[in-house]
Amino acid sequence: MDLVFAIGFQVMSGVATLLITSLGLAIIFGMMRVINLAHGEFLMLGAYAAILSAREGLNIWISMLVVAPLVVGGIGFVVERFIIRRLYGRMIDTMLATWGLSLALIGAVTMVFGNTVAGFSAPLGSFAIGGFTASAYALFLIFAAVVLLGGTWAILRFTAFGLLARGTMQNAEMASALGVSPDRVYAATFAAGSAVSGLAGALIAPFSGVVPTMGAAFIAKSFITVITGGAAMLAGTFSASSLLGTVSTLGTFATTPVFGEVMMLAVAIVLLRLLPQGITGRFFRRAL
Amino acid sequence: MSGGAAMEARDIVSGYGRIGVLRGASFSLMRGECLGILGHNGMGKTTLLRTLMGLLPCRGGQISFEGRAIERLPAHRRARLGLGYVPQGRQIFPALTVHENLQFGLLAKSGSNEILAQILDEFPELKRLLDRPGGALSGGEQQLLALARALCGKPSLLLLDEPTEGIQPSIVAAMIERLHDLRARRGLTILLVEQNLDFIQGLADRALLIYRGEIGREIPRAALADPNLVEEFIANV
Repeated sequence: MDLVFAIGFQVMSGVATLLITSLGLAIIFGMMRVINLAHGEFLMLGAYAAILSAREGLNIWISMLVVAPLVVGGIGFVVERFIIRRLYGRMIDTMLATWGLSLALIGAVTMVFGNTVAGFSAPLGSFAIGGFTASAYALFLIFAAVVLLGGTWAILRFTAFGLLARGTMQNAEMASALGVSPDRVYAATFAAGSAVSGLAGALIAPFSGVVPTMGAAFIAKSFITVITGGAAMLAGTFSASSLLGTVSTLGTFATTPVFGEVMMLAVAIVLLRLLPQGITGRFFRRAL
Repeated sequence: MSGGAAMEARDIVSGYGRIGVLRGASFSLMRGECLGILGHNGMGKTTLLRTLMGLLPCRGGQISFEGRAIERLPAHRRARLGLGYVPQGRQIFPALTVHENLQFGLLAKSGSNEILAQILDEFPELKRLLDRPGGALSGGEQQLLALARALCGKPSLLLLDEPTEGIQPSIVAAMIERLHDLRARRGLTILLVEQNLDFIQGLADRALLIYRGEIGREIPRAALADPNLVEEFIANV
């Protein structure tokens, strides 16, 4: 029985990690149809922002939950201004540009901080599930995933900015004819998505370690999660990360971590063959 | 309404890609007036309105609105100056509820809820639809919503693109009445493009003919009453 709980907890924390690391990408792709191949590096920058400000003596929670999203949100704002803005509607060009940005960011961070693994230990201790011990920080990650998902939903659903963003996403031309500047909505959305990515990077840093190339481990999984999720960005990210996170964690338990990820990819491929529009192309179509 | 021009367009040139659609269109519109522009499909009606609204770049000529040159302004700036737009196909946000569609029109220009209450008084049939998604409404309901949404921004000039398209004839008459009412109540200036003669005749003070991207002579009111005369008039442009 304890084992079931322990595995269940692992599954939930796997799902939470996948959800947290995919949400920023999902926001930017879902709202703007921009595929940000520098998403992994936004995670990395968030992790660095957190670890560096923690080393400067700032409280670890403030470093992770406040500094990281602010820094990466600011970087995202600049990136939108100088790169993304010029490429709206040109998906391939955007992918190339953000891929180049990703290489440049890895290079720049390696140059400044070196290609070494920095890390900080999970700020919470552990707790026991029967005979097993589990990390309390993993519990915090699950909580963070719920808050992030719920918070994003509430912003989209209940705030003025959320309404303007949803309308602009559905029909940018009509939005402008009603007096809303789509450029400003896009800039704010990109910055918000980047901030979520930065926060995600800081949140996973205690588990993943902080290296300039850490983004590469996440971009593929995030990307697959977002594509598998389909058009409705929150319901899609939630359902896809639940499914794929469960498969990958259970696969890891049954065999090895490598095989767990292979199983996750296999499931994603089969799923996209059956549902080319992603999960929300068929189910939860009216959801956000 | 005081006199003076609400909008003046001189020799505007516009189109899609390399294909020119408008080839020097000019007209002027007085404050409080309802001007109809009549034309068949493909003559440049929608292109004209999209260019006036700023959704298509104006490649030549001038557009002035309330004495101000607007041909270089982006669409959202023109909307904030007081242009309201009811596009062809209505362009309701399909996944937003009726209430949210209206709210969007209010927010864009930071309008208050009093404006919304007033609009719901003018469009009582929208009240029971407020929670429905815009995409689930009938064509006629969407047309009313598009009109109400445009009015949320308190425009002084309303651009209407074929409001009768895809609407039942019975509703067309009601629509004419509604627009007359709104004009009287709000002193709206209206620019209407249509191919429905009855609608133009029922609403417009004056009608011009658009033909192959140019706006021609005024169509005499006497001719408007008779489709045969209008055809003859078009043939003799």
